[in-house]
Amino acid sequence: MSVGLSGLAGAVVSVPILSYLLSPLLRPEPPRWIDVDDVSKFEIGKTVLRSIVEFSPLPWAGQTAQTAIWVRRTATDEFIVFAVNCTHLGCPVNWQEQAQIFLCPCHGGVYYADGTVAGGPPPRPLFRYQARIQGTTLQVRSLGLQVATP
Amino acid sequence: MSPGSPSSPASTSETRSARGAAPKRGALRRAYDWLDDRLGIGENILPVIQHPVPRNVNWWYVFGSATLVAFIFQVITGVALAFTYVPAPNSAYQTLQFITHQALLGKVVRGIHYFGASAMVILIALHAARVFLMGSYKYPRELSWLTGSLLLLLTLGMAFTGQLLRWDQDAYWAVVVAAEQAGRVPFVGPILVQIVVAGQTVGGATLTRFYATHVFLIPAAMFVLIGIHLYLVVRHGISEPPVAGQPVDRKTYQQRYRELIAHGIPFWPDAAWKDVVFALAVGAVVVLLAIVVGAPELNKQADPTEIQANPRPDWYFLWYFALLSLLPAGLENVVIIGAPLLAGLILLALPLIAPTGERSPARRPWAVVAVVIPAVAIAVLVREGVESPWSPRLPPPHFPAEFRAQYSGSAAAGLALFETESCSSCHAIAGTGGRKGPDLTTVGARLSREQLTTRILNGGGGMPAYGNTLTPDETASLVAFLSAQTGGPPRR
Repeated sequence: MSVGLSGLAGAVVSVPILSYLLSPLLRPEPPRWIDVDDVSKFEIGKTVLRSIVEFSPLPWAGQTAQTAIWVRRTATDEFIVFAVNCTHLGCPVNWQEQAQIFLCPCHGGVYYADGTVAGGPPPRPLFRYQARIQGTTLQVRSLGLQVATP
Repeated sequence: MSPGSPSSPASTSETRSARGAAPKRGALRRAYDWLDDRLGIGENILPVIQHPVPRNVNWWYVFGSATLVAFIFQVITGVALAFTYVPAPNSAYQTLQFITHQALLGKVVRGIHYFGASAMVILIALHAARVFLMGSYKYPRELSWLTGSLLLLLTLGMAFTGQLLRWDQDAYWAVVVAAEQAGRVPFVGPILVQIVVAGQTVGGATLTRFYATHVFLIPAAMFVLIGIHLYLVVRHGISEPPVAGQPVDRKTYQQRYRELIAHGIPFWPDAAWKDVVFALAVGAVVVLLAIVVGAPELNKQADPTEIQANPRPDWYFLWYFALLSLLPAGLENVVIIGAPLLAGLILLALPLIAPTGERSPARRPWAVVAVVIPAVAIAVLVREGVESPWSPRLPPPHFPAEFRAQYSGSAAAGLALFETESCSSCHAIAGTGGRKGPDLTTVGARLSREQLTTRILNGGGGMPAYGNTLTPDETASLVAFLSAQTGGPPRR
């Protein structure tokens, strides 16, 4: 009986502890639209780096509250927004303006301007954010860290 | 005293000390006796320290205690670092810089922690190899191997989480890469990602979780496992060096071992002095490196918006980094998830698969192969990881002036394009450029102009197609430049 009671006590105590440890999973933020910048700041045909605050940051998050994105304006009211994470293992991809390719420094992944894989180990094209124009502002929908789960 | 009169030895010594022969020794002796009576030193503790071990225990046996000493070094220096280090994203980097550059001897403490980590990884690998090669994991020491294997995995966990705490660029992207690897597990991948980064993306909660893991969670588990591991060492005794032709047999081993240690030597001090000497040597090397070389300077501060990053793990994981880079496409998911699982399973299942039989490596050639091949492979992969030829050089390297001076007209335009179109990120000519793609120093002698044009326009084999981004003139210039690369003496 003492074993049983101790087991019960352990089970009861573990509920708040496990919930606390797993709280990021149990209380995810719903996705929302985030302002990026005024559309006039983006040249058609160019891919530029921006940063957004995707989720409500903790007060001590500092610089890690930011998420970087690559924004490409393909037409007056058409934008493609890429996550900077290479779809191979997450390293940040570098845009080469002249060559119009993204290069990943970690294992040599290469992507074309539209995010499709040009070479190297990435298993799929760059992850995209949903983008829309609200008035004169470019907005993206929060996404979080994406992974190419098989 | 006349013969026949009762006189006990105790009263004689007490009488002696009462006469003031050596009053100080008497008091010390009494103090020790008091403690001995309360703590049971002579009854329980001394027998453990002086337990008999086989006479022929040699220098190969020092790695276990050296690993423990390295661990103790890490705990002590880790506690010292924790007196200043603040695990919040905006403070971690600053407090570490303070420790490294301003705190009195902070550089040395951090250095000991850094080199001590490397020492511990090396020593635990040597210890595991020694135990494996001598078949000491066999009956009755299977649980020693199991607890030891768990300790090996936890040590690697400490090594990984420790690098993260620097919270510089390498650390930040290492977290992302680790989360992405975890994310390759089918079905539950995305959940694992969120567990690793403690949220939907890396943020304020991520660093503190890794701190708690590195400082509290894993060390607690290690303390428990080390306790069990040491208890088992005392219970079963230190294994004797193996003899070819004397396999382990459950029916006869215990008896044989007891006979062996019946004329064995006490562990302390007759065998332990080797452990002390080696541990002191290791400690001296670590402290010397900490003072002379010092801990590595921190990279730039962790910043998700800083895209110019070249993330690298610390040297003990470079081989895994290299392995992942060199894998053929398609094998990734299998290797990222399957390989660690398989390695873990083999480690844990070993004493259950081969608990008896020959112990001597002379009779177990496959055991020797199983150690030598991974060791060589890891060494080679670490070296590859350092060079990382598969990484494009960013920004695209520029050719030196003497090289440029050789070309004019179309070829000179081609040379400029070779740099601005990022060709030199992946291709090298005459020593300038990356090594991801083939070296092009003699490509003019290997490929015709048509072949060069086709390759540039269509790409292939990891190279992007430039057909949509280059004008025909630009392509012609590039081909002119590349056709001139025949590896001959410099022109003009």
